[in-house]
Amino acid sequence: MADKLHFSLVTPEKALFDGEVDQVVVPGTEGDFGVLPNHAPVMSTIRPGWITVYDGGKIERVVVRAGFAEVTPAGLTVLAEEATPASQVDKAALEQQIRDAQEDVNDATDETVRAAAEQKLEYLTTLRDAAQTVH
Amino acid sequence: MPSLKEFRNRIASVKSTRKITKAMQLVAAAKLRRAQEAVEAARPYTQNLSRVVANLAQSMAGQEGAPAMLAGTGKDDVHLVVVMTADRGLAGGFNSSIVRKSREHIAELLRQGKTVKLMTVGVKGHDQLKRLYADKVVEKLSLRDAKSIDFAIASGIGQKIAAMFEAGEFDVATLFYADFKSVISQVPVARTVIPAALSIDPDAETDAPDLKGAVYDYEPSQEDILESLLPLYLNSEVYRALLENAAGEQGARMSAMDNATRNAGEMIDDLSLQYNRARQAQITKELIEIISGAEAL
Repeated sequence: MADKLHFSLVTPEKALFDGEVDQVVVPGTEGDFGVLPNHAPVMSTIRPGWITVYDGGKIERVVVRAGFAEVTPAGLTVLAEEATPASQVDKAALEQQIRDAQEDVNDATDETVRAAAEQKLEYLTTLRDAAQTVH
Repeated sequence: MPSLKEFRNRIASVKSTRKITKAMQLVAAAKLRRAQEAVEAARPYTQNLSRVVANLAQSMAGQEGAPAMLAGTGKDDVHLVVVMTADRGLAGGFNSSIVRKSREHIAELLRQGKTVKLMTVGVKGHDQLKRLYADKVVEKLSLRDAKSIDFAIASGIGQKIAAMFEAGEFDVATLFYADFKSVISQVPVARTVIPAALSIDPDAETDAPDLKGAVYDYEPSQEDILESLLPLYLNSEVYRALLENAAGEQGARMSAMDNATRNAGEMIDDLSLQYNRARQAQITKELIEIISGAEAL
């Protein structure tokens, strides 16, 4: 058995994932990077996108927004403001949410409200894409 | 001496009050458990984030070009005071103690000739502060409509604060909320979040993870990371304050309602005693009247 990477994904609401995996691909601000066991220490901000977790032939995608990844000899820690595993997505509900978000973007009169709504929409569509590529 | 009927009415009214306080206590207890879980769940995130920000801040300390949010604007003329209280009362001294602490702070700042801007989160704090400082309130928020406290609410508040800072509307921001120590103890605290350097506790666990001699690769640069993490740090501080407050509010309400329930019980005992005495006195009086009436015949 090869070395395993300790990976933890933490959001403000809860610790979403904490365990040993084979490899994680993180969407860094300056490009995606894969993290294998014994990776050199890195600190990177992340862009909205998905984290791909490889473990024993299984692939799990987790969509993240606004955060930060830190690789230390102890493992990889990702702090994300929001994170949703693609496998836990209810597609019908998601479509509805996307429609709602689209309406919010259209209805927004205030510039900051529109920006927030657009971010939300982008997050949701990324989630949809991630879910589609998995199933 | 009130009549027997008056006694009965008062006992009935105290009993129904006791029912209400008892119910409120139980509701607060249930909500407290949830709020406590939320505080626990948020801890890994806030701890990790403050550790990273503290480490980055330390390694950048004294360098030119540190983000203003970390190092400050170089002045401290305008202070933003964010007072976070509950939206509901009947929680003992919970709201008042936060307000009192913030009032002392504001009075001190005014004495030093600083400009104070006030942002209130929660209706109760605003109600108490508007009497004195109505002209200083720049923003008044209420979480009454929010079903539960999630990170989106906190980042909304955090972004407002950050936007005001970017616009140069203040130099120093301080959050006032109650630290949830236990069900019976919530300590009002003041936490300076901008400049962030002041809020980083030098005694806190900032021990960097053992890199085994390697150094971090920063992607993008250290400054950029810090720049993008500071708003997150601000949001997470606001989030933590909101959660601590939510748990503290329920804890304070629970113990206040526990006291009220107990007091109501004592009052019922007292009243019942008085009621029985009055009743017996009346029976005795009636007996005396009958006997003395019979003797007179």
